[in-house]
Amino acid sequence: MLGYLTKIWTISERLLKESKVDMVIGFRKGTVPMMNEPCVVKSPENVKELVWDSNCGINLANYLTDRKEKIAVIAKGCDSRNIVTHIIENKIKRDQLFVIGVPCKGMIDRHKISSMFEKEIIEVIEEENKIIVRGNDCEKIFKKAEVLQENCAICIHRNPVIYDELVAEPVKEQTDIDRYKDVRRIEEMQVEEKNNFFDETLSACIRCYACRNACPLCYCPTCFVDESRPQWLGKSIDPVDIKTFHLLRAFHCAGRCTDCGACQRACPMGINVRIFTKKLEKDCFELYGWEAGMSLDERPPLDTYRPDDPEDFIK
Amino acid sequence: MKIIRIDKKNWAGGLEKLKGSYRLFGPVKDNEFHNFKRLDKDELPDFNYFNTRLSPKSIIYPQSEIMLEYELDENKENHHVMKESKKDYSQRVVIGIRPCDASAFLLVKRNFDTPEYKDPYWIRSYEATTFVGLACNNPQATCFCTSAGCGPFYEDGLDVLLVDAGDHFLAKIISSKGENLLEAAGWDTETDADEQIETMKQEAEARITSFVTTNKLKDKKIIDLFDAPFWEEVAFACINCGTCTYVCPTCWCFDIQDEAYGLCGIRMRNWDSCMFPLFTLHGSGHNPRSTNMQRVRQRFMHKLKYYVDKYNDGIQCVGCGRCIRLCPVNIDIRKICNMMNSYEVQVTSD
Amino acid sequence: MQNPYLPYPVRIEEIITETEDKNLKTFKLVFLNPDDQEKFLYKAGQFAELSVAGKGEVPIGIASSPSEKGYLMFTINKVGLVTTTLHCMKPGDIMGIRGPLGNSYPWDILKGKNVVIIGGGFAFTTLRSAIVYMLDPVNRPNFKKIHVIYGARSPGMLLYKDELAAWEARDDINMHITVDSTEDPTWKYNVGFVPTITEQKAPPGNEDTYAIICGPPIMIKFTQPVLDRLGYCHDKIIMSLEMRMKCGIGMCGRCNIGKEFVCKDGPVFTLAQLNEMPKEY
Repeated sequence: MLGYLTKIWTISERLLKESKVDMVIGFRKGTVPMMNEPCVVKSPENVKELVWDSNCGINLANYLTDRKEKIAVIAKGCDSRNIVTHIIENKIKRDQLFVIGVPCKGMIDRHKISSMFEKEIIEVIEEENKIIVRGNDCEKIFKKAEVLQENCAICIHRNPVIYDELVAEPVKEQTDIDRYKDVRRIEEMQVEEKNNFFDETLSACIRCYACRNACPLCYCPTCFVDESRPQWLGKSIDPVDIKTFHLLRAFHCAGRCTDCGACQRACPMGINVRIFTKKLEKDCFELYGWEAGMSLDERPPLDTYRPDDPEDFIK
Repeated sequence: MKIIRIDKKNWAGGLEKLKGSYRLFGPVKDNEFHNFKRLDKDELPDFNYFNTRLSPKSIIYPQSEIMLEYELDENKENHHVMKESKKDYSQRVVIGIRPCDASAFLLVKRNFDTPEYKDPYWIRSYEATTFVGLACNNPQATCFCTSAGCGPFYEDGLDVLLVDAGDHFLAKIISSKGENLLEAAGWDTETDADEQIETMKQEAEARITSFVTTNKLKDKKIIDLFDAPFWEEVAFACINCGTCTYVCPTCWCFDIQDEAYGLCGIRMRNWDSCMFPLFTLHGSGHNPRSTNMQRVRQRFMHKLKYYVDKYNDGIQCVGCGRCIRLCPVNIDIRKICNMMNSYEVQVTSD
Repeated sequence: MQNPYLPYPVRIEEIITETEDKNLKTFKLVFLNPDDQEKFLYKAGQFAELSVAGKGEVPIGIASSPSEKGYLMFTINKVGLVTTTLHCMKPGDIMGIRGPLGNSYPWDILKGKNVVIIGGGFAFTTLRSAIVYMLDPVNRPNFKKIHVIYGARSPGMLLYKDELAAWEARDDINMHITVDSTEDPTWKYNVGFVPTITEQKAPPGNEDTYAIICGPPIMIKFTQPVLDRLGYCHDKIIMSLEMRMKCGIGMCGRCNIGKEFVCKDGPVFTLAQLNEMPKEY
């Protein structure tokens, strides 16, 4: 994956030089370990600002919402599926976009690595399949597979589903993955146990909305939590309000979520917020055989009706 | 200033003694990181930390706080009339606060304790609290306190400065509040360790590797910085979440909300954030800071220019580095501060 | 310690529907505790936070004048949650009030000067306060000529119609009431937008003349060049701003323009001051 960079530079430079696009949206090197910053490059001289490594977990589809320019965007598998969803939902037009597709081998989990390294992390170096973490006078080497973001570890669509140019040959997709083990564990819980689990999971939430704002699906001009007339929920850190926010947000993402993991990556408190969206993702898969953002030609399950709908209430 | 030696074997006992007359708050590891919380009986603060994930500001200024209460039942006397809620302002102590976080309260005090108005909730909380700081022997790579007006052994804002010296703590008494506290704990072994502390302080300061430059901010015109060309680029990545403002020890913005349950109600305040569009949205629909860029600019202009001009005593930042470590998209205040400080208006030739 | 968030309890004495669209109502409020009234000493141009238990607060300019004793008056446009609730309330209901808040029109500076009041739409409330204050027999000798240019969309949208008529009849104030348009044959005042009428009727600017201007942004935008042409210096043009506010005492952080808080350092600024501030309002 590290070898992609030259190709990203070449493509970006060419597109900007030939004025095929007004800008390239990608990542630049961050100022702290395991962080890159989404950025925009507008002139061919600056393409070398762009980086690509296993710290590009933020979903760049989030930066396309309602933009009017012609844009080249660097997209891994999940980004590309959210780009499809964006196009279907009229948040951007296909012909505005030049998708630079990146076959992805997964992003590393900064929360996890921090918790596996007792000292302050000064530097994280990536070699193919190896992550070297350095502190002051200490070093630890992890296999990349051990420290992948969980959504990446169970990802079955690593290759972009739409693209105008790929930076490398497609990677082999993972097979025989049990995607919903954690969801099943919760489904099996009794009501009270489930409730306690939700409360426990969300106990650290500070309502900063990083999860919502990092999510390309959450583009509502006024989110239901911000609505004042009617005011659907309180603004305090009352656990009921916090839980309502997370559960309702998950429902709003039903049939649209690609499990890109941006919400969880963004959370400053390291909360497993994906667990909620994943339940809806699982339901959509099991009820409708649906995976979000796989094709521009198919309407998502919650805005289509089929006579063989598994739910009785709708018939 | 007096220095008391506290042998670590007397630490737990002293703290338990304190719990008789103080409510104790200290850093505790919960999940994967440290935060300040109330220490129960036999619970000790865990000093094996760089800094807490969230700043301790919520001890003085809770994220959600009831201010007033009222009855809506028209059959009751004084219905619809607001009254102050009863609160516990008994004395308490924050043990193990980092010097940067304690000095942050001094910056915030300027907002809540003004010549014209006093915020009674903040002031009473603050005044009821004794701050026992834990000197930073090992600052992090994202700490830039020494160039943000404080430092790893900074004393302003503290009542006692604790220095971890291996098998014992050195407790430097800074105020009478601090002296009373040490007395209440029964720690009274005076020692002469000024030089030792000074040496450790210099060593700690030398370990700070990260800096901001702020010397030219004061002389720039607000309008010039406001209209500087770099804001669009600075703001591009920002997703407008409230992380930076909520983890910041010096951010104080709040919202006031009424909540009614049946025939009883409360008026409360909740932290708010200049990152949220709703923060400034007018009833008419007009929003003076409707764009992402305007809100990002507000945050940095407030901390690094408006505050500087208003109080003429440095930036509204203590260099704790939390916003840098926790920003989901790696927006780095150090970079922006330096950009603002070095910005010169381009003079056009015509 | 005085709690600046604690509203004084008040009773709604009277509610008057001002405009034909019924979106503007004037509330007369009386303090439940006479002592509170003594504490509530205000100047024309200040505002207060009106508090409705269970709903919240809303910042509203004080429409009554300090010279009117025994009650406070607010004219409220129905916009959001609190104002909509207020419009549904009735005389006798209990609510709260915090204040007075903000600075005021600069009465020290205006003393001995000509004052030109320019208002549009429902932003005439604190201007009413200013006019009533200046016309008070005790205060009137402190001011030279007083001009008022006040416009609304139609005759039915003017506030304080009876008072406007009474002021028209006086000779110590020059009234220039106008409407954007009307088909009412009995309309005997001006027809035209506020900037146009200002150009025709306002006295030229000079050392002794100040303009106070409140109105919708579009009116202000087009009136400002008129005042420039009439020779008003920017430090003689006084404006009152609106912002989303919560605390009203400069603490909650949302209403700043640059380093100034509109709730505490304002809401009244001269155009000269605003020129030095970021255009973020």
